[in-house]
Amino acid sequence: MSLCNHTNSFYSRRDFLTRGSLGLGAAALGMLSNPAKLLANSGQLPAKAKRVIYLFQSGAPSQLDLFDYKPLLQKMHGEELPPSIRGETRLTGMSAGQSSFPLVGTPFQFAKHGQAGASVSELMPHTAKIVDQLCFVKSMYTEAINHDPAVTFLLSGSQFPGRPSMGAWLSYGLGSDNENLPAFVVLTTKDKTGQPLYSRSWGSGFLPSEHQGAQFRSGKNPVLYLENPPGVSPQSRRGQLDRLQQLQAHQHGTVGDPEILARMAQYEMAYRMQTSVPEVMDVSDEPDHVYEMYGEDSRKPGTFAANCLLARRLAEKGVRFIQLFHQGWDQHGNLPKAIKVQCKETDQASAALVKDLKQRGMLEDTLVIWGGEFGRTNYSQGRLTDDNFGRDHHPGCFTLWMAGGGTKPGITHGETDDFGYGIRSRGVHVHDFQATVLNLLGIDHEELTYKFQGRRFRLTDVHGHVVKDIMA
Amino acid sequence: MQMVDNKWLPRLGGLLFLSALLSCFGKGDRISYSEDVKPLLNQKCLRCHGGIKVQGEFSLLFKDMALAENESGSRAIIPGNAAGSELIKRIKETDPELRMPKEGNALTETEITLLEDWINQGAEWDDHWSYVKPIIRTPEIDNDWIQHDIDRYILQVMQQNELDVSPRAEKHELLRRFSLDITGLPPSPELADLYLAGILSESEVMDRLLQSPHYGEHWSSMWLDLARYADTKGYEKDAPRSIWRYRDWVIDAYNQDMPFTQFTIDQLAGDLVENATADQMIATAFHRNTMTNTEGGTEDEEFRSAAGIDRVNTTFEVWQGMTMSCVQCHSHPYDPIKHEDFYGLYAIFNNTMDADLDSEFPFMLEVRDSLHANEIDELSQWLGAENSPVRDQVIDPGTLRSIISPRLIPALCDDFKNVLISKWGGCNNRSTLANNQKDKKYYLLYEDLALDELTGFRFRTKAHGDAAEIRVHKGSDDGQIICTAPIPESKKWRHDIFPVSETLDGRSTLVFEIVNTTGLQPDGLVDLYSIEPIYGHTPIAQETISQQDSLLKLYGDGIETPVMREKSKVLWRTSQVFDRGSYLAKTDTVFPSVPDLYHYEGEIKNRLDLAHMFIHENNPLTGRVYVNRVWNRLFGRGLVETLGDFGSQATPSEHRDLLDYLAVQFTGDWQWSTKRLVKEILSSATYQQSSDWDAIKIELDPQNLYYSRAPRTRLSAEQIRDQALAVSGLLTPELKGPSVMPPQPPGIWKMPYSSEKWENADDEQRYRRGLYTYWRRTTPYPSLIAFDSPTREVCVSKRINTNTPLQALVTLNDPVYLEAAQELGNWMKKQDGGTGEKIAAGYRRALFRDPTVEELQVLLRLFDDTMIAKPTPTETALDPFDLVGNTILNLDALLTKS
Repeated sequence: MSLCNHTNSFYSRRDFLTRGSLGLGAAALGMLSNPAKLLANSGQLPAKAKRVIYLFQSGAPSQLDLFDYKPLLQKMHGEELPPSIRGETRLTGMSAGQSSFPLVGTPFQFAKHGQAGASVSELMPHTAKIVDQLCFVKSMYTEAINHDPAVTFLLSGSQFPGRPSMGAWLSYGLGSDNENLPAFVVLTTKDKTGQPLYSRSWGSGFLPSEHQGAQFRSGKNPVLYLENPPGVSPQSRRGQLDRLQQLQAHQHGTVGDPEILARMAQYEMAYRMQTSVPEVMDVSDEPDHVYEMYGEDSRKPGTFAANCLLARRLAEKGVRFIQLFHQGWDQHGNLPKAIKVQCKETDQASAALVKDLKQRGMLEDTLVIWGGEFGRTNYSQGRLTDDNFGRDHHPGCFTLWMAGGGTKPGITHGETDDFGYGIRSRGVHVHDFQATVLNLLGIDHEELTYKFQGRRFRLTDVHGHVVKDIMA
Repeated sequence: MQMVDNKWLPRLGGLLFLSALLSCFGKGDRISYSEDVKPLLNQKCLRCHGGIKVQGEFSLLFKDMALAENESGSRAIIPGNAAGSELIKRIKETDPELRMPKEGNALTETEITLLEDWINQGAEWDDHWSYVKPIIRTPEIDNDWIQHDIDRYILQVMQQNELDVSPRAEKHELLRRFSLDITGLPPSPELADLYLAGILSESEVMDRLLQSPHYGEHWSSMWLDLARYADTKGYEKDAPRSIWRYRDWVIDAYNQDMPFTQFTIDQLAGDLVENATADQMIATAFHRNTMTNTEGGTEDEEFRSAAGIDRVNTTFEVWQGMTMSCVQCHSHPYDPIKHEDFYGLYAIFNNTMDADLDSEFPFMLEVRDSLHANEIDELSQWLGAENSPVRDQVIDPGTLRSIISPRLIPALCDDFKNVLISKWGGCNNRSTLANNQKDKKYYLLYEDLALDELTGFRFRTKAHGDAAEIRVHKGSDDGQIICTAPIPESKKWRHDIFPVSETLDGRSTLVFEIVNTTGLQPDGLVDLYSIEPIYGHTPIAQETISQQDSLLKLYGDGIETPVMREKSKVLWRTSQVFDRGSYLAKTDTVFPSVPDLYHYEGEIKNRLDLAHMFIHENNPLTGRVYVNRVWNRLFGRGLVETLGDFGSQATPSEHRDLLDYLAVQFTGDWQWSTKRLVKEILSSATYQQSSDWDAIKIELDPQNLYYSRAPRTRLSAEQIRDQALAVSGLLTPELKGPSVMPPQPPGIWKMPYSSEKWENADDEQRYRRGLYTYWRRTTPYPSLIAFDSPTREVCVSKRINTNTPLQALVTLNDPVYLEAAQELGNWMKKQDGGTGEKIAAGYRRALFRDPTVEELQVLLRLFDDTMIAKPTPTETALDPFDLVGNTILNLDALLTKS
């Protein structure tokens, strides 16, 4: 399909493609078409992952209460954060003016799990059971201290808007494996509050808009305007499209513009999506044991668990980049209670997704990522009481985990200091993380570029080192 | 306005032209640096010896560095002596360790010879073509086809490429093209009748369309992409912003055919023009469209700096086609712009009062309606004012200040530093990063206050602890302290009086400093609502104060528009280079300046000077860049394809002579008239060609690079919406005003921490043009985004047209389009004649021509199919006329300008 819908714009994807010596012309670059996937196979690097499921935890989960266990904090609970540790680090305006920075030891029990002995808190019992499949990176760090810049940085490589998101880059670089579904699909958890989401997180920036993430919503109209209007049955729509295509063909016969053929193809694609999207979204054919694995929530459309299940279905259909957004991790106060809710919503389904992919033999070539945009402070924001505290934003270190897609299972990469404040070894900067993800997909992050405003832009800006240590 | 010509140094343009002419004659002829050598250097050398990397301290980008002795002690280029030049030795080197370029293939013989010849000829540096003032070089070519000088240029290029012109487009095509290109809408049936019947000429049709107020609407949407205009602040919660008056200003400016010179001055520096009008103030909102970060805990100064950087980038992309964004981190990789140059420009924009405050202070306030104005007048009279503070709808802050005089409120200050000024008038020292807080100063400044008989000040304050005091400095922020006021802790407003420390006289600037003596929050936080200087011993009576407060509240209720205002010299910010672009790494101090490539010797001290430099007759870029944007909008591609990049990385163009012709005419004979420019281009035979393809053209020019046919381009997002509404008869042609919320599916907007929500307009407001749709940057209107509208977070020169299935879903299924289809269906039903005639009328209404026999047959079959299809048991089938309407609204011919 999609013959040549860009004959009129020799935009510079061609630069990238020809540099990958594929010799493709400018033609055939439709939203759902897929010439560029060749890149992954014949391109610069061997691809380990074919697709990504990114379980983005918006608002920034507290690494100290989930994965990065610090007994020293428990020992020093309530004592001041030593100025020598705090140094000159930037704090946000929300806690910076505090007269006291009392350290908070996690109130949750940690235990070592799996052969690797990874520490996981009691809040994540299901994740704890699959640690041997996971690759923890405890030494992530970022440059931004506030949500919007940090999310934008993590997902686009720049703290300021205007750049394509990670999924858009992959859509541009790799295309889709499924002609009937977009290359980049976004699922957000319904009815969550807290830190807002910004559509630029899945936007196309300066790339053509066809690369932006398509948001699939829960409910009967998963893609906006997918459903025929009232009074138009599928048969009647088919008939209408046939007539429309006759008219377009007539027009093409007169004026000869190949764009008309491209438009016809897109109308057909839209028609096919009317079937393919509801099909993939219709989970009624899933057996009970699958629901049990993902948890009760997975039966309720729009929950994180239901979205995890959908993510697996989309992955099966060859969607390149599936990104879930789950809000509500921004625990400036009332952390002990709030984080429990968050974990309950995400733990079981995240673990189930990894298990499910593994069982289906898909984990090998599916990269799963779980994490937020920065970490949280080791000191309490606001008053530390017997049963309550909060943690402010902390860019200096945070934890995320990855699974499958060519990552080493059962390892922990990097280490933070005893205060959980700075990084002791093998720090992974946001740009390093991005370079690594691209590398796992077979892309040299320095080669995936797009010329805009006289400059070749890339996801990793002018930085980024691939973290080889985490690769299988 | 008058500039002295000697501000511009002579340049090597003549030489460039000469060499360009000669360079085609082969070896030994004069070689041009910019035309011949630079492209080779860009490709082979600048990656390591350019603006980012300067290996061996050798860069080929700047003449002084290229000719200097480099790290190794040798000279890479010795003019006149290629054999002695290290550069030549290294590119001829056989040892792969030493040979240049280090990576990639060796240069070819031809390339080496080129460089040798160039050095032997003296290694002259000339300017890149776009930095040289354009001149007219009309080809001496003539034939019957030519209607306009534009055609001579196009014909010459066509002939060089063995292409023939296309026949003239048919009248109905021309009509639709004129109308869509001038007003963004299809022609009215009346205009169509007059033209198609031969009563109006083409020129008359164009004039009528140019006089339509819809012209301004259509052309603003191009400008609003550049201005990154939106109805929200952009970051994080993306709260609303009231700046639609700026959008209306752009519409008016286009409709009044404001010369592009004034258009430039008003937007970049309207506030600096002597006796600036309200309109000129609103125009400065161009640069208040930068995003504001209201996320909790963010450092305002960081995002103020980001806005400043955006202003430099945007200004230079919009007016000069210069890609400044790379220069914020390092020297330009390909063009001769140094890293420091960026901050010289930044210094020009660095001293406006705005400071990323949530309130977006400073703004201009206008009255909401006559009732509002009357209330203000009444209160002002009660307070003894001689003049109304309302002039031309604008509430004049100066007059207001005199009415409440001698009282001072923060929202009417002359300048400030670090305090957060809210819209209701007060301010506080609540902020931000404690690491910096101890060094941070909080000031509020008023100019020219009377000091005679000043005995003290009454401050209206609340304070969270006992750790704050207000110090009053005379003259400047570090001037003599004339009053120290320890502010008592209080949750309620207090109004304590503090005496001055000595007898004073004359007039002076006073700077009120709020000092947090401990540096801790909340202990040292103060809310300051007003300051009352007390003369003699009598404070203002309480009744007067409460009336003043009512007046101030009315002021705050006005329609606000954030505007640019220059800071008071006393609190001028120092501008520094950001090392590698990082706001946290400030290095050398810089002053306002423009890059050397302009060879500009005039004084550049502020935005007004910069605006004058842009519109100066010797500026080589302003005219070129604007005419190119207009050409792009009309033809779907610029004469220079990279609209925002006229540097050496710009896409090479065969149409530079035409570009120069248009630029010279636009800035000269056509007197910067944007309407004239459009009309001139539309009058050309080039524009009036048919857009049909034929086999030869597909073969020789598939991209239509040589304009041997008119372009077929998909309409813009706004046009597609507007056309559906217009063709169906639903369009509400109302002009301007606050943005509107046409229906969008539920659940698109999620507004945290706020009660803001998308409320579908349920009256005729839902049928306004796309341009007026409320634009929230983080969740823009879905059906406009589907057709490639930018999000308006940053300046966008060119929308990339895509073709996706989501677009088909919009025009087939979006309720807005369905409603339009039904309206068109109803209209068809009411027409005379049989079904065929009714459908033909509908087709004509959309496309201004009769359907062909085949087309009508297909539409009739569609109609019949629907008639015989059995309705589903649960719902009534769509009326066949509506389905025909829906189909017409999805025709490629309709979605395209052809």
